[in-house]
Amino acid sequence: MSKSELSEKIILEAKNLEAWFGDFQAVKGIDVSYHERTINAIIGPSGCGKSTYLRCLNRIHEEIEGTHVRGQVLLEGQNIYDKKIDVVDVRKRIGMVFQKPNPFPSMSILDNVVIGLRLQGINKRSTLLEVAETCLKKAALWEEVKDKLSSLGTSLSGGQQQRLCIARALAINPPVLLMDEPTSALDPIATAKIEELMNEIKRDYTVIIVTHNMQQAARISDYTSFFVYGKMIEHGLSSDIFTNPKEKQTEDYISGRFG
Amino acid sequence: MSLKIKINYRLFREIKTQLFKLVTILSAIAVILPLLLILKFVFVQGAGSLNLSFFTELPKPVGEVGGGMKHAIIGTIVIVMIGAMIAVPIGITCGIYLSEFSKSKLSKTLKLTVDLMSGIPSIVIGIFAYLIVVVPMKSFSAFAGGVALSIIMLPIIIKTSEEILKLVPNHLREAGLALGLPRWKVILFIILKGSIANLLTGIILAISRAAGETAPLLFTAFGNMYMSYDIKSPMATLPVQIYTYAISPFKDWQRQAWAGAFILMVLILAMNLFARFILTKIKDKKGF
Repeated sequence: MSKSELSEKIILEAKNLEAWFGDFQAVKGIDVSYHERTINAIIGPSGCGKSTYLRCLNRIHEEIEGTHVRGQVLLEGQNIYDKKIDVVDVRKRIGMVFQKPNPFPSMSILDNVVIGLRLQGINKRSTLLEVAETCLKKAALWEEVKDKLSSLGTSLSGGQQQRLCIARALAINPPVLLMDEPTSALDPIATAKIEELMNEIKRDYTVIIVTHNMQQAARISDYTSFFVYGKMIEHGLSSDIFTNPKEKQTEDYISGRFG
Repeated sequence: MSLKIKINYRLFREIKTQLFKLVTILSAIAVILPLLLILKFVFVQGAGSLNLSFFTELPKPVGEVGGGMKHAIIGTIVIVMIGAMIAVPIGITCGIYLSEFSKSKLSKTLKLTVDLMSGIPSIVIGIFAYLIVVVPMKSFSAFAGGVALSIIMLPIIIKTSEEILKLVPNHLREAGLALGLPRWKVILFIILKGSIANLLTGIILAISRAAGETAPLLFTAFGNMYMSYDIKSPMATLPVQIYTYAISPFKDWQRQAWAGAFILMVLILAMNLFARFILTKIKDKKGF
């Protein structure tokens, strides 16, 4: 997609964001802004802090004992680390899909999708079924599961489970969706399906995806950030990053000389 | 020559392996055999007094033939239920605290307390319940017995529920939190709900352990010879009834004690098997 077609509206912004595990600083002074309805890839070598950075964007990083975060993350102009902000509200608006498919094992496919809404107090069956159908369709899973919505979520294949998790995240309708290497545990066919659905959901959502797979980043993303040792080396249009990187380190990484 | 040495060495190794295996098998038998022998012995001694009236009748005066332990069987059920009603909610909540909010000073203290609690002799627990319930209420009571049994159950329930909840992988908690759910909802409706079968097993094991206790009931529920449903007054239980009958000089009572012992063992065995049954049933289907 050329730059002119991309939205100019900024939805999420990190300002001098830093994160620690105890004394170890994993994320160092990240400044970046994300445009509405774009796919943003984060690439970089293992252990470069890209997952930790992503987990700061919905404040799930702080759930690990002994961690802390400094800096700001602005969601539509509002700092989610503000003392007055309820972390629960933040996560309702910034969804997350994890590396390993993690449907809730004791729940049916249907329950897995609507559990977020149900525990928010929405119990009307027709509403829940409607949401489940919409989200499973968005996650490109509806056709495969529509006849067995009451089977266990864990009875699905790995790739299906991951799409179920995407549907689960979409069910609470967050404007921003974070994805932490969502295809690294999947085979190429399952990966292709997820990449396809990402292109679809991009119409309604802003996606930020951490990936180990540079081809994937090049294929699906509008913007790409390159991280090394907790620092963002470069951020820009993916078409620029992958063809004409400004930084030497980026060029070395994407050409396979490093990382 | 060298080949021959090799073969001998292999034979030697094989013998060592088999010897070790034999020792482990013998140890296993040494554990299983006493249980079977106890079951058989108790059955042989008690079978003569086992009949329908044992379950439906109350004790008869000394000298009269027959009579049963209906009051003690029901008493055991009542007192164990009182104990479970106290111990289960507290135990599960403590288990949640240890597994979900650990690392605080309080949780370390709680952990130590639980370990110490499971080591307290049951007679001491009986005396403790006597002091805090029987003395203020000025009467032995089924309620006091229930309190004593709840103290026996607590450490078992806390330990098992802590361990069961710790087995739930962390990424499921994160998945719940990432849906914008408050922590308490994630714990209650996702983590706890998914582990319910395992938690139930822990509870049944605790109950079956408490059901066989005699010492904590001696100074609390005390026992009687009549049918009673009043939890504010003394109530008979199988273990105490067995104890009373076994030390009596009457042959008939002693036989009944054996029968009671057999019923108690069967009850506890059945509860344990039932716990295993639900666990395997659930494990086959789903679970963390």
